[in-house]
Amino acid sequence: MSELHFLSGNEAVAQGVRLSRPRVIAAYPITPQTIVVERLSEMVESRELAAEFVHVESEHSALALVMGSAAMGVRTFTATSSQGLMYMAECLHYTSGGRFPLVMMNANRSLALPWNIYGDQSDSLALLSSGWIQVYAETAQESLDMIIQAYAVAEDVRVRTPVLVNLDGFVLTHTYEPVIVPDQDTVDAFLPPPDFPPGYPGTFDLLRPQSLAVSAGPGDYAGFKYRQHRDMVAAAEPIRDVGGRFAEIFGRGSADLIEPYRCGDAELVMITLGSIAGTVRDVIDDLRADGLRVGLLRIRYLRPFPSEDLRRLLFGPLRRAAVAAIGILEKDISFGHQGGVALEVKAALYDQAEASAPAGLPPVRNFIAGLGGQDISRGQIIAMFDDLARAAGRDGDEPARSVRFVGLEASR
Amino acid sequence: MTIQSPLTVQDFKSDVKPIWCPGCGDHAVLLAVTKALVELNTPREQIAFISGIGCSSRIPAYTNVYGFHGVHGRALAIAAGVKLARPDLTVLVAGGDGDGLSIGGNHFMHACRRNVDMTYVIMDNEVYGMTKGQASPTTAPDWCNSKLTPHGTGVSPVEPVRLALAAGANFIARGFAGNPNDVARLIVEGVHHPGFSFIQVLSPCVTYRPEQREWKQSVHAGQDQPPQLVAEAMHRLASDDGFTTGVLFAGNRPAFMPERKVTASFADIEKKFAS
Ligand SMILES: Cc1ncc(C[n+]2csc(CCOP(=O)(O)OP(=O)(O)O)c2C)c(N)n1
Ligand code: SF4
Ligand SMILES: [Mg+2]
Repeated sequence: MSELHFLSGNEAVAQGVRLSRPRVIAAYPITPQTIVVERLSEMVESRELAAEFVHVESEHSALALVMGSAAMGVRTFTATSSQGLMYMAECLHYTSGGRFPLVMMNANRSLALPWNIYGDQSDSLALLSSGWIQVYAETAQESLDMIIQAYAVAEDVRVRTPVLVNLDGFVLTHTYEPVIVPDQDTVDAFLPPPDFPPGYPGTFDLLRPQSLAVSAGPGDYAGFKYRQHRDMVAAAEPIRDVGGRFAEIFGRGSADLIEPYRCGDAELVMITLGSIAGTVRDVIDDLRADGLRVGLLRIRYLRPFPSEDLRRLLFGPLRRAAVAAIGILEKDISFGHQGGVALEVKAALYDQAEASAPAGLPPVRNFIAGLGGQDISRGQIIAMFDDLARAAGRDGDEPARSVRFVGLEASR
Repeated sequence: MTIQSPLTVQDFKSDVKPIWCPGCGDHAVLLAVTKALVELNTPREQIAFISGIGCSSRIPAYTNVYGFHGVHGRALAIAAGVKLARPDLTVLVAGGDGDGLSIGGNHFMHACRRNVDMTYVIMDNEVYGMTKGQASPTTAPDWCNSKLTPHGTGVSPVEPVRLALAAGANFIARGFAGNPNDVARLIVEGVHHPGFSFIQVLSPCVTYRPEQREWKQSVHAGQDQPPQLVAEAMHRLASDDGFTTGVLFAGNRPAFMPERKVTASFADIEKKFAS
């Protein structure tokens, strides 16, 4: 029987991990991730979870250690945040290149300098190209559910790509909400066993000694990288399968890589990711009550990037109104250019222009907000929609200022 | 040149108020550092104070010399960069047992063997204070008050002074935050001693290791004459109980110093530009 508990995002992740039965867990503490690994350690201690828990000396070691365990063909877990994720960068590429089906939780937090422990998405956005699937949870429930689904996706033989499950630091990791914790039997039926089947590719086959983690010259190397890319792109299908199957069995969640909200007839569409989506939805309900046609697209998976889904949702035949302006609200900046999510979205839009050339693309505005944990207020979100309305009417909005920092007034 | 009155402890404190818990040993280490700076009688602008990340690593911000709050575990690498760029500066480095011995452990070994002229203080509380109380490399294997290691680590701890000796540090000492005057003296000696000087300061974390308040009963002074030979120091440290304070080794390896010295005066430089 599933049970309803009052859990923080971190505790929900720990429950999701417990139910997924990893064999080896390694971690180094960092705020705001620490509670996840403390809970897991307690679960190992109380024998709720039959795993080896290792308190290692750094994040670099944590990821290297679980890579070793995965090479032996067992399910693993680690978690980190911010500076820790950056320190893991070398092993992020190593593990994805080695096609190890790891699952890691990242508590999204700002990057030094200046030092700041609060939430934004600079850390995972900076590592978008590391070959990991990236998913962003909005609620504690989704965090728990995504951990379980992440194992199913990562370990699918077609995918064999590690998955990073992102939770907004503090706002999601430390906020309590009612969470349905599924029962073990149902999760056991949903996930494959935590020991990979004999002959699982890329792991040690104990009857046939061979060397893993090889070198490749210029010729072979490109082939490896192509296949890594091809399989990541193709992972969208297994992701939908897993999401759909999860929804069927557990009665929640979805198969969508992008989750639309009141978007089908919206003229002004905000695109965002993570926990801020909840506030945007509230604002949309209010503005709709005033007669404004506004909507939301919440990106759940940033890798593989769901370009086609995005184009279908913005321009597809099922739309009831044309999109007049698009906003992208994100908590990071790719210095010297735009927000990392805006870069992704705009690349997908350009391909749209080439594919079907609609009567010109709608204007796009990029809102950079919430850096270093700054609150994003309802008022600010309303002002963003105002900007979009002006951009849509090409009325008094400055297209040259397509990237807008929100909340700078508060800064010295 | 005007005659200046001697500097005081207050002259080396910044106006930032420490946010350490009341009773934390780090307050006393701060006092010891400022006392040492008074004793060294070096102008503020001749001192660089580098740290990593942790409660202890906040210390440079509470002084008013050149400070640098570094990357977690990398204080020693940053400090070596500072010293090599400006050999004329007195370089102090400080941080915690976690910062210096877990995530930064490899730098410790290489700083000892490279022997760049600087003085490194590990404020050892056998715990990660900043992240709320996890075991560090110096934590006893049976300490089981951390949620991450509820049965204890079961792993044999690092003895920082032995590690320093084995890796080639040129000056090794241990102090106790409860005796800030002694710690100040050790820092002064460390700065005067050429090459890499390492000082382990037992600095209780009253919040996550309240039992460390008892350390004042355990510490005892070592022999007056510190060994100058590695073999002798090793022999003594073999039976060390972890609470012997004082200088434990004073070697005579030449310090790693760049040949380049700052010889040009401002007047010379100005002349060059004028021509
Ligand atoms: C790369 C990275 N990983 C983890 C952290 C989180 N973190 C900050 S301080 C610290 C340990 C501090 O312990 P110690 O050096 O003993 O200092 P203390 O707080 O005990 O003085 C950790 C794990 C971080 N800042 N950066
Ligand atoms: S937590 Fe411990 S180390 Fe940190 S300031 Fe408080 S007493 Fe000091
Ligand atoms: Mg410590």
